[in-house]
Amino acid sequence: MSSFDEGLLPNTPRRQTVSRFRIASWVLIPLAAILFQVYVRRLAAFLGYLELPLLVTVYFSLMRRQPVAGAITGSLIGLAQDSLSQHPLGMFGIVKTLVGYFAASISQRFDVDNHALRFILSFFFFLFHQFFFWVLSRALLGQSLDVPIPQSIIFAFLNAVVAVPLYAILDRLKTEER
Amino acid sequence: MESFLSRYRNLSILLLLLVAQLLLLAYQVKSNQDVRLIRLWAVTAVTPVARVIEWARAGIAGAWENLFVLSDVRAENTRLRKDLDDLRLKNQMLAAELQMADRVKALVEFRSQIPSKTIAARIIGTGTGANTRTVYVDRGSVEGVKRGMAAISAKGIVGKIVAAYPTASLVQLITEQGSVAGVISQKNRVRGTLKGQGSGTLIVDYIRNEEKVDPGEWFYTSGTDRIFPRGLPVGIVKMVREGRGGKEVVVEPSGLENGLEEMLIVIDGVHGSIPEAETAPSSDISILPAPPEDAPVQQAAPVPGAPAAPQPAAPAGSAPAAKDLKTDADRLLEKYRRVGESQGIVLGTTKIRVPDFNRAPEAAKPAAPDATKPAPANPGPAAVTRQ
Repeated sequence: MSSFDEGLLPNTPRRQTVSRFRIASWVLIPLAAILFQVYVRRLAAFLGYLELPLLVTVYFSLMRRQPVAGAITGSLIGLAQDSLSQHPLGMFGIVKTLVGYFAASISQRFDVDNHALRFILSFFFFLFHQFFFWVLSRALLGQSLDVPIPQSIIFAFLNAVVAVPLYAILDRLKTEER
Repeated sequence: MESFLSRYRNLSILLLLLVAQLLLLAYQVKSNQDVRLIRLWAVTAVTPVARVIEWARAGIAGAWENLFVLSDVRAENTRLRKDLDDLRLKNQMLAAELQMADRVKALVEFRSQIPSKTIAARIIGTGTGANTRTVYVDRGSVEGVKRGMAAISAKGIVGKIVAAYPTASLVQLITEQGSVAGVISQKNRVRGTLKGQGSGTLIVDYIRNEEKVDPGEWFYTSGTDRIFPRGLPVGIVKMVREGRGGKEVVVEPSGLENGLEEMLIVIDGVHGSIPEAETAPSSDISILPAPPEDAPVQQAAPVPGAPAAPQPAAPAGSAPAAKDLKTDADRLLEKYRRVGESQGIVLGTTKIRVPDFNRAPEAAKPAAPDATKPAPANPGPAAVTRQ
């Protein structure tokens, strides 16, 4: 096992800690992310690429390290996002449920406090989110969405860039618990 | 079964969540209906927060605008006010220039209409003294200005030159006390002497109470003062009343209206004509146009039994022109003078020799145009008194 792998794998007791948040944080942070999503296009169109509900879902799932909690978190945030969108309820919900579940599952094996891992996971889950949303739209709704791959990669990169400092800020709101 | 669920708890819950949402999705797609209740809850929950955020954003944006944008607006407002003041000042200057141009244009036009030779002059100062009504103009003896020349404007006479210096001249305005001019009224041809009073109005002196002067009538220069050429407007009668020594006629000068900046100095005066007073046209009465002023006066046909009227053929230096004989006394004096001259007697001399006033003057004999009706050789006294 290399030193990099040792840095990522949670072998020490400190890395097996589960982060907990206040109820207010659980409610207000996703709500703020959704409101940002609602308002971002009106106030600053150039920030329209940001998928803050997805980043928040990934963060809470990574920090809780529990796939069930991650799935529930993802489904709730996704359904809330659905309810404010023009899509049928469940589209974002299903995708973010999967994102939350997989993110929490990964967090059990890696040190999610590492910024590089956070960047990679954010990049990956953004592409996963876009791809799975496209699949659901095509399979369940019969819609053929045009998803340009280069643009999706750039947006994934940009979201990952934003995710790192965002997660660092959200880290200040957590209360660690073994 | 229980052990299976506990062993695959995470996966089971994931599947449960996915299936539930798939069913929700399938319901919406199948029934083509929206789950309005959930959306209503979501919108109701989000809207107040969104409203607060929007209120805060608007407040911050407004404060930002007040702090920074309005500060620029304030500076711009100050600059625009300064520009406005500058433009107002420039506008006033341009308006003054325009007024001056109008005045000069009117003066030039007037100058081209009058027969006298004039030069334009501009007021450059006023005479010293508390109540003085004298001004300095920028034309002097170098330009040919001499003492005693008349100063006029397009609207009337202004004054006369009382001192001529090489580069400037002093003009005594017509309103100055002691300033005089010979004038004649337009409508009734009443002569008088215009006098300045040191105020804004003038008086016309030496008009008898029997003579008729109407308020609103114009006075023109008569040319008898040898300063102002005949026919220049002087002013309009403001007030007329009978006095002890004669009529009291107050005239408002027309040449000094609305301030005076420029004037014309009459270098070589030529007497002009006095325009006829305008009468209101009437459709019931036929009125011929006025005869030309400069045409020789046509003598009326002599009335049978009456002596011939004085002829204009008399020498110009010895007798006044017939058109200057305005009163009965003038005409009677002229008749007696002619009678005396025909008998070799000059009236007013010390010789005590009285002419025979019953004899007609010799100059009046051949004036009758109709030979079939000669004038009587010796008209009676009654005929003399009829004139």
